Parts: sequence; C-alpha cells; structure tokens
Amino acid sequence: MAEEPMLEAKNIVKYLGEGAAQVQALKGVNLDLMPGELTLLMGPSGSGKTTLLSILGCILSPNSGMLTLARHTATGMSPEQLADLRRQHVGFVFQSYNLVPTLTAAENIMLALDLRGAPPSEAPALAAKALQQVGLSHRAHANPSKLSGGEKQRVSIARALAGSPSVILADEPTAALDSENGKGVMALLAQVAKDASRAVLVVTHDHRTLSYADRLIRIEDGRIVGRARRRAAPKNLSSQSQPVA
Amino acid sequence: MQQAVSSPAVAAPSRGRPMPMVAKLAYRNLFHDRLSLVVTLVGIVFSVVLIAVQFGLYIGSEVRIAAMLDQTRGDLWVIPYGTKSFDDPTFLEGQVKHPVLSTPGIASVEELVAGFVGWRRPQGGTTAALLVGSDTTTNTSLPWDIVQGSIRDLAAPSAVAVDRTYFEELGIKGIGDRAEINGTAVTVTTVTDNIRSFTTLPYVFTSLVMARTLLGTSPDLSSYAVVKVAPGHEIEDVRKALITRFAPSQAGQTPDAEILTHQEFRKRSLNRWLFETGAGAALITGAALGLIVGVVIVAQTLYSSTKDHLNEFATLRALGASAGYIIKVILMQAVLSAIIGYILGIMLSLVVIWASRNDPSLLIIMTPNLAALLFVLTVGMCVFAAVCAIFKVIRIDPAVVFSR
Repeated sequence: MAEEPMLEAKNIVKYLGEGAAQVQALKGVNLDLMPGELTLLMGPSGSGKTTLLSILGCILSPNSGMLTLARHTATGMSPEQLADLRRQHVGFVFQSYNLVPTLTAAENIMLALDLRGAPPSEAPALAAKALQQVGLSHRAHANPSKLSGGEKQRVSIARALAGSPSVILADEPTAALDSENGKGVMALLAQVAKDASRAVLVVTHDHRTLSYADRLIRIEDGRIVGRARRRAAPKNLSSQSQPVA
Repeated sequence: MQQAVSSPAVAAPSRGRPMPMVAKLAYRNLFHDRLSLVVTLVGIVFSVVLIAVQFGLYIGSEVRIAAMLDQTRGDLWVIPYGTKSFDDPTFLEGQVKHPVLSTPGIASVEELVAGFVGWRRPQGGTTAALLVGSDTTTNTSLPWDIVQGSIRDLAAPSAVAVDRTYFEELGIKGIGDRAEINGTAVTVTTVTDNIRSFTTLPYVFTSLVMARTLLGTSPDLSSYAVVKVAPGHEIEDVRKALITRFAPSQAGQTPDAEILTHQEFRKRSLNRWLFETGAGAALITGAALGLIVGVVIVAQTLYSSTKDHLNEFATLRALGASAGYIIKVILMQAVLSAIIGYILGIMLSLVVIWASRNDPSLLIIMTPNLAALLFVLTVGMCVFAAVCAIFKVIRIDPAVVFSR
C-alpha cells in the first residue's frame, strides 16, 4: 500500500495585498510531504517560499486550493480552528529561534507542551527528554540570552518536537548560524526526519544543506519549478528511529 | 547522517505541583522589565491609597454623623416633623413622654434635648456648641467614652461634660474648669474622649433639666424621644400606633412629629451631611479619581509591556496558542500586578491611617469589608486596564514570525 503524505497541498493559490498593490504570491502550488523524509524548499527571495510555509503551517489560508494535514482538511477552517490544527500537528523552527526570552530552555519547551495540552506534571520530564535528544540537557536552566546561536536553534528544534507533531516546518534554520552550527542543526533535523511518523520541510537558501535532504523542491515566482529526489525513501521507516519526544 | 550528541545528564523534573505555564509566563513578563513594573505598582499603590483614604474618611464621617443615634440604640425616634439630622435640632410640640408611654408595646422612652448654645470661654470669647441634655438618672448611654468623671456627676447643678479634643476650642483644661453657656455658669465635671461632631461644633452634655434651663425652654419640652419597643411587639406595629397618636387633629394638617426607625433616622442624617452638603460626593469623587488614575497608569504600562513582548505573543500564536490562552497571560499579568499593588497599597494605607490617629479632625476607618472592597476594585481596575493590551495582542498576525 502506498505511503500517505503527512501534508498535501493541491493547487494552492494565494493573493497578497489589496487593490492595485495585490500580487499573486502562489500560482497553483502542488506539494506533499512524506513521513520519514526531509524535504528542502529552495528558491530566490520573493519566490513565495515564506507564503507557502505560512499556508502549509496553517497560519495563512489560501485563496483557493486544498490543504490536508495529518488527514485533516485545513481548507475553510476559521483562524481558531487553524490554530488548533497547527498546535496539534505542526512544529515550527524559526530563523531567529523565537524563544521566549523570559523563560529558560526547558520552560520554552514546557510552554509548547502546555499549548499542546500535555499534563503539567509530565511536562518537566518531557522537556528534559527533548533537551537530551538535542544534546542540551546541561543547558536546561539557561535563559536564551545565555545560549549560543546553535544552542538556541537546538532548543527551538526541541520545542518543535515537543508533543510529537506530524510535520516540522523550518524557516531558514541555518541562516543565522555559522557553518559548524549550521551543519549541526541540519544533522539534527535530518535525524528528526527519520521518524516514520513525521515529515520535515526546511525552507532555505543555504546550499550547504543539500546533502541532508531526501527531496528537493524549487519554487520560483509562486510556482514549483523543480523536484528532485536525492535518495530513495527508506523501505521500513518505522525501524529507522524512535520518536524524539 | 550526523547524530545529535546526547548528554547523559537529564534535567530532573521539578518536585511538587509545577506553576502553570500561563502564570509563569505572566510572572516572568511582569518582572522582566523592572522599571515598567515599578511604574505599574506606583500607579496601583497610589490608586489603592487614595481610594482607601477617601472611603476610610467616608466611613469615618458616617460613624461621626450617626454616633449619637448609634449610641442611644433606640428602636424608634420621635422627632420634630422635617428634622434632617440629629445635629439639626428643634423642639417637639408639647409633652411627648407620657403620650408615648401610654401607647401599647413601649418598653421605655428617653427624652433628649438638643440645641445650639454660645459657650463663653473662661479667658473670654465665645464659640458655638451643640448642647445635648439627657436624663442622667435613667440614661446610661450619653455621653460615652468617659475618661474622667461619670454620667452620675452630670446630675450635679450646672454640671457639663465636654470632650478633651475640644479643650483648646472651649478654653478649658479639665475637670473643675468653669465657663458660661448662654450667660449661665457651668462646671466641667465629666470628660469624654474623641466624641466629635461631623459639623465640627463641640458637643456639650448635661442633664435634661440643666439643658432646658440653659436653652431657656419649657420644662416639659424635648427635641427627641427615643423609644424602645417592648419584647414581643413588632417595631412596625408600634410605629403605626405612635403615628396615630401624633396624628394632627384635623385632616390635611401636617403632623408635628415624625416617627422614624433607628435606620431611617440614621439614613436621613447621613443623607443630610454626606450628600445634601456635597461632602460625601466629594469623597466618592476623590475615590473615583483614584480609580481612574489607577486604570490609566496600569493600562498604559500593561499596553507598553504587551508591545514589548509582541514578538513572543506572535510566536505563541504561531505555535497554536488560542486567543484565550494569550488573553489568560495578559489577564494573569494584570491580576499579579493587582495583587502586589494591593498588598503594598493596603500596607501604605494602614500607615497613613496610623499616622493620622492623633489628628482628631480626621477619622479614617479601615474595615474588613473596605479592605475586601478595595481588593475587588484593584483587581477589577487592573483587569479593565488590560483591555487595550488584549485588543492589541489578539490582532497579532502570527505570520510576522517568519519575517523576523
């Protein structure tokens, strides 16, 4: 039986702005994310990458087209329903980490767990486990201001993983990092993508990340202009790795 | 692929019940910007103290206005028709004690005589005073808070009781000092402590007979008759009987006397001094201003704090936080500010009240009910002030997280 995509976007069209300033940011995009795969979405500035990421992450609604996330049809949902859907099924990794500066590394993860309805009594242990998976157990009680860029991004990944979402969406996760930390973060995302219950999409400009990808998708001017598989999908995904958190 | 390096050390889960994340986030946001927190707390404390003092003065005014009524504890008051308060005395028409006593259901009746007099100081000069005469052989409630002498001493000829907080105004130093009331010599035999009138006129207590003499009125006239209803009788039934007894002889005429319950006369007196004079309205307006100032300061600082943390709120929204979750964070910040501000404010208010205890002209009273009301007002004020911040935060577009 064919593997079902974790996320499926069909003929997504999105207009931004109004009146004379209106532009068509996405012009019928088709895309799916398969479990156990790390997909890279690449394209020049203004190509529609961020708009597509926002729609795939249920932050923006498309003007037309259909989006299915973890077997839920997201099209036509209200903002609160979309928030509920992304809370349950989407983990985000941001270029600027977007950690809450007043909370420690562990508390940032516990916050995400709290949003996802994890029992408060279990949250500290789950957060500790997530930090262990990204190799930052020793930094659990550090505030973001005391963490390096690479450490912040690892905490951000641990936060995205908290609650085991179906899809991880990463927006330029290596853009603010040096080469060494960038490699570490991509390796971590690639490891995360080995989980058969999860798909990972990384939006990036960074060609150094190509070696970590299972699939490449190129977008230009609001259209998908190229797709390539860099390596065959694993035959038995579930035996490859254990869920991270 | 490169494997993430795992550390063997795992952060241990905290013991006990963890603080809810909403509360933790609100608490951390609040204490993140100390200066903003200080400004918020100053606003709340200012507001709490202002409201506490204004309402404390209001309660103090109530106590002073109603002191004479509360002290006598009558069930019913027979008063000259149209009397607005105890401190606004005239005389009842004719003899009232015996008509009252002959009404069924009466346990006792106490005549009181009150009137304005001129008090001539021993050193010269005259000041106005309110003379209150009662039967010192049967009445044990007026005057009260006696610190020197006794009620019985007032039975002596020309004996009067004055309050020691009025000594300077009355030109006397203590027991045995002599002065003149309306040209008649009187001697201070009894001294009370802190029986002060709302009108600032000194009360001078004496016997019923002496009061009638000093006021130059007929020996059977009185200003008020304080009635106690006999056990087993309804106050309302007795009142109806008294109204009938004091009804005008001809239909259409205005009666000479009114029969009020203790609460009715109290309410009328409070209404007279607190609202007809505008004194109470001024106190309430002061409290309202305190509330408004508090709302404005808290709203401004909370809005500013929310703007400072907008990126975090947008991130929360992007992570799937419902609007309700974010509103809870803001409200929690407001409530935390309110609790801290209230504790500091109530402490400062108690200090202000303690500092004013030696000023007899100021009576600021803090009661448990007022403290509870202040807490509710403070929390309500801060929650109301959070509305602007909430409007700001629920309009956040979570997509902004990708552009930062």
